Amino acid sequence: MRRIDQIKDVLRLYGRYMSLNIRSAMQHKASFFLQIAGQLMTSITTFLGLFFMFQRFHRVKGYTYSDVLLCFSIVLMQFSLAEMFARGFDAFSGMVRRGEFDRVLVRPRSDVLQVLGSRFELTRIGRLIQAAIIFIYGMTATAVEWTAGRVLTVLAMLLGGTALFSGLFLVYAALCFFTIDGLEFMNVFTDGGREYGKYPVDVYGRRMQQFATFVIPYALVQYYPLQYLLGRSGCWLYGLYPLGALLFLTACYGLWRVGVAHYTSTGS
Amino acid sequence: MKRYLSFFRLRFSMGLQYRTAAIAGMTTQFAWGFMEILVFRAFYAADPAVFPMSFEATASYIWLQQAFLAIFAAWLLEPEIFDCIVSGNVAYELCRPVRIYDMWFARSMASRLSKVALRCFPIIAVALLLPRPYGICLPPSLRHFALFLITLALSFLVSVAFYMWIYVLTFYTISPMGLRMMVASVVEFFSGGGIPLPFFPDPVRRVLELLPFASMQNVPLRVYSGSVTDAQMRSAIALQVFWLAVLVILGRAMCRKAERRVTLQGG
Repeated sequence: MRRIDQIKDVLRLYGRYMSLNIRSAMQHKASFFLQIAGQLMTSITTFLGLFFMFQRFHRVKGYTYSDVLLCFSIVLMQFSLAEMFARGFDAFSGMVRRGEFDRVLVRPRSDVLQVLGSRFELTRIGRLIQAAIIFIYGMTATAVEWTAGRVLTVLAMLLGGTALFSGLFLVYAALCFFTIDGLEFMNVFTDGGREYGKYPVDVYGRRMQQFATFVIPYALVQYYPLQYLLGRSGCWLYGLYPLGALLFLTACYGLWRVGVAHYTSTGS
Repeated sequence: MKRYLSFFRLRFSMGLQYRTAAIAGMTTQFAWGFMEILVFRAFYAADPAVFPMSFEATASYIWLQQAFLAIFAAWLLEPEIFDCIVSGNVAYELCRPVRIYDMWFARSMASRLSKVALRCFPIIAVALLLPRPYGICLPPSLRHFALFLITLALSFLVSVAFYMWIYVLTFYTISPMGLRMMVASVVEFFSGGGIPLPFFPDPVRRVLELLPFASMQNVPLRVYSGSVTDAQMRSAIALQVFWLAVLVILGRAMCRKAERRVTLQGG
């Protein structure tokens, strides 16, 4: 019983943070909508890039245009969801540099919750809706038969992918404890994961596939479940692979804990 | 002229101080270039017959793009300029006996050049060492190399002139974020930053080659590998000069107008 109350309490607090963030964003409405438009533009150009490439090539590594659209839209949804909720970690270097993390530590609430609450990017909703539209388009264009197992696989992919990208943001934040400043090369794994995740990882060759399976498990949230989703493999177990990303998130959280234990204030 | 030159020198040597940032940037750009090449390798394997340039030329295109990224990258705008417009500090700039447009032009040039100076040589050196189809190939002749340098310089000026428009427009919109993001993605895509222009369908490509975006990035990268004819090259250079003149003359006039009617924000 106490456990449930605690969870309720955390959710209520997070809801407060969310409404605070939304209300403050709504103070600058023009900027808010321009930002949504800007985000839309970024993914529209990526989409157009895919469209033009497939006008010319039709297939890559056996994947058709609609196969790649499904992969692209699902990864885009995963990334947008992670960015919407876990953006606080992405902006965390500023918090460390300004010494604001001290304040977080003295409050009797979980540090992760407070950092999560520091940012809630509703502007990402534009990209999310757009990804959903591309997904629906890909869904109707593809020959895949939508069974319950496949629908569940998509849900698992969304859950796992959001966990994966959130984990990467968490690592990015955790590294700030050691370096004070944000590390630019982490963009390769976050933005790069979104940008290059539009193709299933086996397009990049065997080595990359191994990297994306054992080092940073992108393959768990797109390549393997896609094999089942697109009917390239009958093994439904592949549909459960995305849940492995939750383990990755746990490992990232471990790194975060080490970072917090290491934290020394910048003193400003 | 002299004061702009010394302003340029100041910003340039300031930019050279950020060496750790340059190393981080290079690592990122290597990863980016590497992934790009893997994508094109997969498409090449899928159907080499419809591949519009040779694979070597594509690889050279990608590495040069990474090496000179700071010349045309749309996201490398000067945050200080935006800050000073938004905060109203631009009032101090207006008091100085310099043309604001020219000063910001010199400043953008300096910070972009300093970034390129730190990054281009290591990237090119490593790309030269990569095995045959994946690395950078040498230009077919010295003449091509000279033309590459000329078009590169022109595309640098066209890019800076284009991005000056964003600063000037900020006088009117105040909140630059959305505008910046939109411009950045459009410019990047249409200038051949996402996929090289030859990969676009022909009718689209023909239109895009006339727009200023192609003059900002596509031209030098293609001239290098010798995949364009002399006539194409001549018209491309003429277009670059044309866009440079248009962007600078109109941009300067527009900036003048904005300066006159600027409302200062805050105290």
